[in-house]
Amino acid sequence: MKYLHLLSLNLLALVTLAAPALAGEPKPTSLGLQEAASPNKARLVEFHDDLLMWIITAISLFVLILLVIVALRFNEKANPEPSTTTHNVPLEIVWTVIPIIILIIIAVPSFKLLYYLDRAPNPEMTLKVSGYQWGWTYSYPDQEIEDYNADYVTDEELADFIPDGQGRRLLETYNPIVLPTGKDIQILVTASDVLHSWTVPAFGVKKDAVPGRLNETWVHISKPGKYFGQCSEICGIRHAYMPISVYGVPEDEFNQWVECMKSDEGQDTDYPARFCVQKFDFDRYRTIESEEEIASIE
Amino acid sequence: MSADTTADHTDDKGHDHDDHKPGFFVRWFCSTNHKDIGTLYIIFSILAALVGGYFSMLMRAELADPGLQIAADGQEWNVWITAHGLIMVFFVVMPGLIGGFGNWFVPLMIGAPDMAFPRLNNISFWLLVPAFLLLCASAFVGTGAGTGWTIYPPLSDTLGHPGMSVDMAIFALHLAGASSILGAANFITTIFNMRAPGMTLHKMPLFVWAMLVTAFLLVLAVPVLGGAITMLLTDRNFGTSFFRPEGGGDPILFQHLFWFFGHPEVYIMILPAFGIVSHIVATFSKKPVFGYLGMAYAMVAIGFVGFIVWAHHMYTVGLDVNTKAYFTAATLIIAVPTGIKIFSWIATMWGGSIRFTTPMLWAIGFIFLFTVGGVTGVVLANAGMDTSLHDTYYVVAHFHYVLSLGAVFALFAGFYYWIGKMSGRQYPEFLGKLHFWVTFIGVNLLFFPQHFLGLQGMPRRYVDYPAPIPPEHLQGWFADPIEKIQWMAAQEYGYHLYNYISSMGGAITGFSVVIFLVAVFWTLFAGKRVGDDYWDNIPATKTLEWHVSSPPPFHQFDIQPAVK
Repeated sequence: MKYLHLLSLNLLALVTLAAPALAGEPKPTSLGLQEAASPNKARLVEFHDDLLMWIITAISLFVLILLVIVALRFNEKANPEPSTTTHNVPLEIVWTVIPIIILIIIAVPSFKLLYYLDRAPNPEMTLKVSGYQWGWTYSYPDQEIEDYNADYVTDEELADFIPDGQGRRLLETYNPIVLPTGKDIQILVTASDVLHSWTVPAFGVKKDAVPGRLNETWVHISKPGKYFGQCSEICGIRHAYMPISVYGVPEDEFNQWVECMKSDEGQDTDYPARFCVQKFDFDRYRTIESEEEIASIE
Repeated sequence: MSADTTADHTDDKGHDHDDHKPGFFVRWFCSTNHKDIGTLYIIFSILAALVGGYFSMLMRAELADPGLQIAADGQEWNVWITAHGLIMVFFVVMPGLIGGFGNWFVPLMIGAPDMAFPRLNNISFWLLVPAFLLLCASAFVGTGAGTGWTIYPPLSDTLGHPGMSVDMAIFALHLAGASSILGAANFITTIFNMRAPGMTLHKMPLFVWAMLVTAFLLVLAVPVLGGAITMLLTDRNFGTSFFRPEGGGDPILFQHLFWFFGHPEVYIMILPAFGIVSHIVATFSKKPVFGYLGMAYAMVAIGFVGFIVWAHHMYTVGLDVNTKAYFTAATLIIAVPTGIKIFSWIATMWGGSIRFTTPMLWAIGFIFLFTVGGVTGVVLANAGMDTSLHDTYYVVAHFHYVLSLGAVFALFAGFYYWIGKMSGRQYPEFLGKLHFWVTFIGVNLLFFPQHFLGLQGMPRRYVDYPAPIPPEHLQGWFADPIEKIQWMAAQEYGYHLYNYISSMGGAITGFSVVIFLVAVFWTLFAGKRVGDDYWDNIPATKTLEWHVSSPPPFHQFDIQPAVK
């Protein structure tokens, strides 16, 4: 919503130093949803900012204004003689019917969005995700990359592990995952012990990881970048310490990464996924912002 | 609801010196008097609120800065959030609204001498005490129950919690549940059978309507919780596998059972609040409630629809898309009867002659903040939208707006409205208003920024959140707030800023509790004595409790009043 961004800018103007904007992570002053990095999220943002926010703001303000009018006009000084009205059938019909109409206005795009988000009809590749206490196991069946674990990078090791102070506390994993941009990716989610929930806000994806069930969701990453998420179902002592760290990169680079992952060079390292990400310097996509830059990559 | 109470009124006066009150122990520990049991419930609710509120203060203090400050680890944190949730739901809001105000005012309002089953009423209260002790004790046994109030398996199964703590929490819920079911049966019987002659269902005060609907919800919903946690108990201890996938069970089954109880439960907490607010708004507007029948049947509709929307708490568990579409539609419908109530309250005030006393301030605060919590509920009702917001702080903000700023505001509204009736002494108006304004500012500062955290994606139930650790001189509560806010806002990422502001609101809210306690003791020891109808109700809003003395005689309505 426009005014949200304006407010957010005002808040930023208060601070001495404006932070460079990176996609895919929470911003300290933002008042709205995370920036979309997929059509899934883009539609969610549109639904929320362009429809729901207007409606709920209008309703809240309407009630507030009525209360203010009531307080000013009908306090005991302004209006010592109370009326005795107790019924007004047309009015009661109006305030029953108008909310129904508003709800229908919400429901129609809501259902479209729901069915759109449900699954990709013809996915081009699959990512398998399995939650455990406390981390995520990933595998790429189409690329024949076997299970590997992604645990969070501790505070002590963060500065060494991710140079230049670019490390994101509680969001980085030793082994990240890498996904190609511009493809419909099916994501299958399960768990091996208790419930977890696999979430990446910038993708508009959240799916519970349930032992004994295989849940399906999907994403189409629209621009390269680094995206973060966190486990979203309480899972025990280290629930706050099982983040999700995803690089979205163009397809050819994704293929290079896959080759690296399967090569001896990659497999001999402690963290193959991280090694291969660093080998091709995917971190350069973190700061990709403008449309031109994105266009020049693709 | 005007009543012809001349006869019983003089009769009450005659009894003033001979109330047949039992001695202290028998009166308070073996009580069968609805007013004494109501008083016990209210005292219990306030004490439990102090414990539950203490956990809130710990949580806000922990989240004021990133990193671990107070909690030793995530498990301790999980124990806090579990205890906070269960205490506030089962031992604060329910005992306060239903046990406290329900017991006190349902018999008075319908012209009954007492509840239908006085001794059942006694055991309803006394089951709560061991339930509360069991729950508190569970925090100190083994690792404590760190499952969240939803106690989802497998985390709550022996896989996640091998010790005895979860078993104790389950027994605590069994006892609290039994207490609620017995109390509800008592209310239904009382309301259906003991109304004064002439008081038809359609002449019943709205608070009694609210309690009637609430009681039905309790009787239908709580046994389902009882069943679910009993199955969990046998999974944990007797080798069954209702919820264990390795034995052919399903963890999602528990969620369906839990929320079949859990969703009506949130209406169990809010419907009595609706009733109280209706009375207060009418009294202080000097107007009868607008659209009485619409108000009553809106509550019936909310109660009914409350049973068919439970899976909107489970949009991300992997439900079929058509199921999600149904639950989206059903959930949106709740906005209609709720809207009727909001607009009817405003219409009651419209044309009125309003006095802004403390209870009226709480009631108006309730109407507005409940609206804010309601509209975020409309956002969350959409299964698609919920993909981004489920289990984030947006949900936390939403349900605290409707419950903490809704049900709890109604608790305070009812307390200030009726404390003169219950104690015979009036609260100090200045302290009451101060309490309202400090709370109002505190809770909004506390919960409104949580919407922003949730929209950015901050998950619930997190002991620590992504954000850079601030430099030494900006850590803690006593850092320069301006410099600290500038520093937090200048960071590239993280949830620090709004968490810090939220914690500031938490501190203000904590302070407001001190004002409340001072007001309570002031009232009880130095409050002005009041007459029967100290709010000067107009005849149309003068329900039967305003026809008896303040406090009412130990036994009221020896001769049944007649309602015209």
